[in-house]
Amino acid sequence: MNISNEEYGELTKKRSHNSKLYKTVPMAFLIGGLICTIGEALLNIYTMAGLSKDASAMLTSMTLVFLSILFTGLEWYDRIAQHAGAGTLVPITGFANAVASPALDFKSEGYVLGLGAKMFVIAGPVIVYGISASVVYGIIYYIVGLFMK
Amino acid sequence: MCFRKPSILSYAAVVGKAENDGPFGGEFDEVVEDNKAGADTWEQAEALFQRRAVGHVLRKSGLKPDRIDVVIAGDLLNQCVGSSYGLKDYFMPYLGIYGACSTFAEGLLLSAALVNAGYMDTAIASTSSHFSTAERQFRFPLNYGGVRTPTSQWTATAAGAALIGSSGKPPFIRAATIGEIEDMGICDLNNTGAAMAGAAYDTLMRHMKHRGTHPQDYDVIITGDLGQVGSDLLYDLFQRDGVDMKSHHKDCGLMLYDRTMQDVHAGGSGCGCSAAMMCGHFLKRVESGELKRILYCATGALMSPTMVQQGGSIPGIAHCVEISSEAGG
Repeated sequence: MNISNEEYGELTKKRSHNSKLYKTVPMAFLIGGLICTIGEALLNIYTMAGLSKDASAMLTSMTLVFLSILFTGLEWYDRIAQHAGAGTLVPITGFANAVASPALDFKSEGYVLGLGAKMFVIAGPVIVYGISASVVYGIIYYIVGLFMK
Repeated sequence: MCFRKPSILSYAAVVGKAENDGPFGGEFDEVVEDNKAGADTWEQAEALFQRRAVGHVLRKSGLKPDRIDVVIAGDLLNQCVGSSYGLKDYFMPYLGIYGACSTFAEGLLLSAALVNAGYMDTAIASTSSHFSTAERQFRFPLNYGGVRTPTSQWTATAAGAALIGSSGKPPFIRAATIGEIEDMGICDLNNTGAAMAGAAYDTLMRHMKHRGTHPQDYDVIITGDLGQVGSDLLYDLFQRDGVDMKSHHKDCGLMLYDRTMQDVHAGGSGCGCSAAMMCGHFLKRVESGELKRILYCATGALMSPTMVQQGGSIPGIAHCVEISSEAGG
């Protein structure tokens, strides 16, 4: 080849277009915002029904997670996500989709080695590092608390 | 390699619904409306696509499987299961090959070489790809809501097969060039067009140099699945040599789908993409004489998610087959 990889990399950068931010950012804002608004509405409904604040918050998350998994199973979630981008990825519904989609996909390899083993293939790192970070945070919180007394 | 004898006796393409909804819908031998083709799993469905494509080739040639000396087939899946499971019930001598999306050209050139040398009378080159099996193996689960980048390509749900023999009738396979592995240092799994363009340039250059030809000597130069990014890069690379490739070139990845209506980003890809375009569209036109001389350069990104996760880049490969309506070396 009569071109260096560096030079080719430059050409590639020039020819590879990025996402159209003027389109993707407003869509993410709108649909992400819509999901959060639905969450807020659910929270109000549960509170109005006489549930405690904690129970309402928990039920709101559960309802959103349930709806996300239902939409994933109906093959609607990824279709909405194609337009919504981070709008469907960032809220709790995105996490539910990340667990439900491999579970559905790898069911064909059986309930143990397929569904069971592959269910957390996307969400696994988030759980591992999320829990690790919370442990580190907890230790720091405890130590700082000793001196603050 | 130059050939005197080999010609393509029959060819067939089987595609999914999205592929038939593209600009060349209606040109394929069979459309499987249900992408799962009634099978239990996506992998079984892909195998079925390939079985059907080979079935059509046999039917059109009037030959029974026991008259076929070898079937040379491959696909994108681990252990090439699309081919082995798809073809096992034919009981034909089988050679499995892997060239990523360049597999169909690899199969054609190997078949042509074996027929030309006289070792075989009949050889089938066959390949398939399936959007759902490729996504599962190389990217994310099907219903995951992650968004694909604009440079990513859409794996075609399609299979193509061709029977090579020496009937004395067109289309004739007149020459071929085996590609070298070219690693352009591209590490992005979602930019395979860029990973393959260097290999396409190198193989096309070597082929034309060896043949003493120029792009204008061909009715059309067809690349496999460079997509928009890879095609642009191919023009850039030829431009540096002062050669205008753009006006002679067509890319199957940019042809198979209607990119304005179908959300395939930079274009189609997969072994089945160029196999379906060749067997559904181009070979017919060479057979009828509408196209006299074409250059088919199928491109493959030899990508492994494992190697990319380990920090490796994606090597590219491209094999070139020259097909003509007239015989001769």
